[in-house]
Amino acid sequence: MLMLPAAIIDGIMYAAWLFLVAVGLTLIYGVMKILNLAHGAFYTLGAYVAATFVGFWLAGDYNPYYSYLLLLLAGVIGGLVLGVLVERGILRRFYKEDQVVLLLVTYAIFLILEDVVKMIWGVEPYVISQPYGLLGSFNIGLLYYPNYNFVILGAAILSGVGLALFLKLTRPGKLLRVVIHDREISMALGINVQRYFLVTFVAGSILAALGGALTAPTISVAPEIGVEVIVLAFAVIVIGGLGSLPGAALGALIVGLVRSFAVHYFPEVELFSIYAVMAVVLIVRPMGLFAAAEPRKI
Amino acid sequence: MSYQIKIVSAAVATALLALGGTAQADEKPVKVGIVTFMSGAAAGPFGVPARHGAEVLLEELNAGKVPAPYDSVGFGGTPLEFVYIDESGGTSQQVTEFRNMVDRAGVDMVIGYTSSGNCLAIAPVAEELKTLTMFYDCGTPRIFEDDEHHYVFRPVAHGTMDNVGAAMYAVDQKPDMKTYAGINQNYAWGQDSWRDFEGALKQLKPDVKLTTSQMPKLGAGQYNAEISAIMASNPDILHSSFYGGDLEGLIVQAQPRGMMEHVPTILTTGETITHDNKIKIPDGTIIGARGPHGVFAPDSELNTWFRNAYQDQIKGDPWYPSYKMAQTILGTKAAYEKAKADNGGQAPNTEQIIAAFEGLTFVAPSGEVKMALGNGHQAVQEVVYGTARNVDGKLTFENVKRYPSEVVTPPEGVKSEDWIKNGMKH
Repeated sequence: MLMLPAAIIDGIMYAAWLFLVAVGLTLIYGVMKILNLAHGAFYTLGAYVAATFVGFWLAGDYNPYYSYLLLLLAGVIGGLVLGVLVERGILRRFYKEDQVVLLLVTYAIFLILEDVVKMIWGVEPYVISQPYGLLGSFNIGLLYYPNYNFVILGAAILSGVGLALFLKLTRPGKLLRVVIHDREISMALGINVQRYFLVTFVAGSILAALGGALTAPTISVAPEIGVEVIVLAFAVIVIGGLGSLPGAALGALIVGLVRSFAVHYFPEVELFSIYAVMAVVLIVRPMGLFAAAEPRKI
Repeated sequence: MSYQIKIVSAAVATALLALGGTAQADEKPVKVGIVTFMSGAAAGPFGVPARHGAEVLLEELNAGKVPAPYDSVGFGGTPLEFVYIDESGGTSQQVTEFRNMVDRAGVDMVIGYTSSGNCLAIAPVAEELKTLTMFYDCGTPRIFEDDEHHYVFRPVAHGTMDNVGAAMYAVDQKPDMKTYAGINQNYAWGQDSWRDFEGALKQLKPDVKLTTSQMPKLGAGQYNAEISAIMASNPDILHSSFYGGDLEGLIVQAQPRGMMEHVPTILTTGETITHDNKIKIPDGTIIGARGPHGVFAPDSELNTWFRNAYQDQIKGDPWYPSYKMAQTILGTKAAYEKAKADNGGQAPNTEQIIAAFEGLTFVAPSGEVKMALGNGHQAVQEVVYGTARNVDGKLTFENVKRYPSEVVTPPEGVKSEDWIKNGMKH
């Protein structure tokens, strides 16, 4: 009796987390056409900065409810610093190169940042679980769910709706859509594309770091936590269509629900389920569910 | 993913001689390659405490401070030199590293390896290079059950005993149980652990029924759906061989949901999380240490020395990987010194050490160890489980039960899987 509602709730919660960690990746690809493999390292660094901030705060015996503010701050500060450093310091020098070169550059950044994490924080794990249980829980029969899940759900909805409204209703958002549509025409129209690249990359980095920071209270923060995340995030945005915001949302929902139903009803195929769905979607829609048709320029 | 290898230190013999004081100044040290995870997810729970164990042994042995029967300096009076190698990077990289250690660094022997995959890959290379190699932690019984090895030893018990012992403890503590469930990582370690636990439990209680077996990917990180599935299936007992960040993540996510309070949970590697006071282990959780290690090590002069020496140097308690590393080094020392005595007091060669090691019985901080399986190359040892109870904010263990090696380990020449299927008879 409990299995169906549990599978739906677990699927939605997992989808919210997936969307949160994938939305920055699809945003950066949509605007900059960069498959940012360093996204997983930004997630890891966000989690570590959060673990440091919150660990320090809780050790000081301060009001634990302020730790939620620190999680947000960790994501924003971590993502902002990293985003500016990486875009200004490295990526800007490679924009004229082929997409494959940029892919390799972001992979190199990923490897470097993974080692930076070990250099700063060591290899021993950090646990800051107090914020996870602090907000209480709700139950369905025997099953209790921490209300903290609503923080993740809320962050996912806010980031998705916020980005959509920004792109649709604001002037900078409309100009950004022009950049997404055609970089060269945008430059010809006098749009400062370089600045939009910086802002987009920083926004994507903040979303990745925020994903890590908000996840930190629910996991053991240890090196390489970003590896699994980057694989899942890619599965989500490939299913939805690279660069598509609604695609990422639908991709996250599909992956979340498929995995949850597999866990509850067919646990032996759980490992395979996500990639089976991805394969089916790509057979039917090779560019993903929401990928826009690309006009040939020549 | 590739990682840079970190050859972290080579302790120079002259410095060690200053500590030891008894060895000859021009004597060539015994050079040992120590391989364990120094980066990656397995570093925190296994690699770092194991390396700390090696560092403590290196200093204490070279200073001649270890109690009898290990009170001679280094190995048989010859000081030791350790070369540390990171176990990360996968089996191909480890095979390359092993060859480099032997061919370039010129190590006399190798001690290490946490990952069963790495052990399976290294064993044939050790045979090819004729290099004495001691595995200190990897659990797969296949090393000596699927092959015979001449140069490879494992002076710690293999994984079958952990899960057979877990099944015995579950039946002892909950004789009226009717259902069981599992959550294990979906790769060799998790699958083997689950197979052995489930097989042993069905032998001990044939009427017991499975409710759900969850096998998330290694490093998955998010376990809420699995926790829901386990709680919804309402088993009488839950088995898990999770370790490291996965285990911590599972406990962190299960805690506010009350899973482990509701379902008594057996954690076969649980001892590694008992040292972090940020993780609260619920009362009633069944904890294992992969043998009589860590908190379950018996009282003895050797154990007291090891704990004190470790606390002095590392400023913390030794974990079970520290104990297993210490046991492996001391077992090798025992074999080396027996070979040296058999060789009229002259430094033994590799073949002589092997002859002395085969079938050896030695003592370690974790008690007596017998090299009883794999033609004398594989150790057997008792297994211990206890139930966690928080008393005045301190974690204690009650109902601690010790299962002798003869009860939880298959006899020589019988594969673990077949032994369990045939009723675990001796």
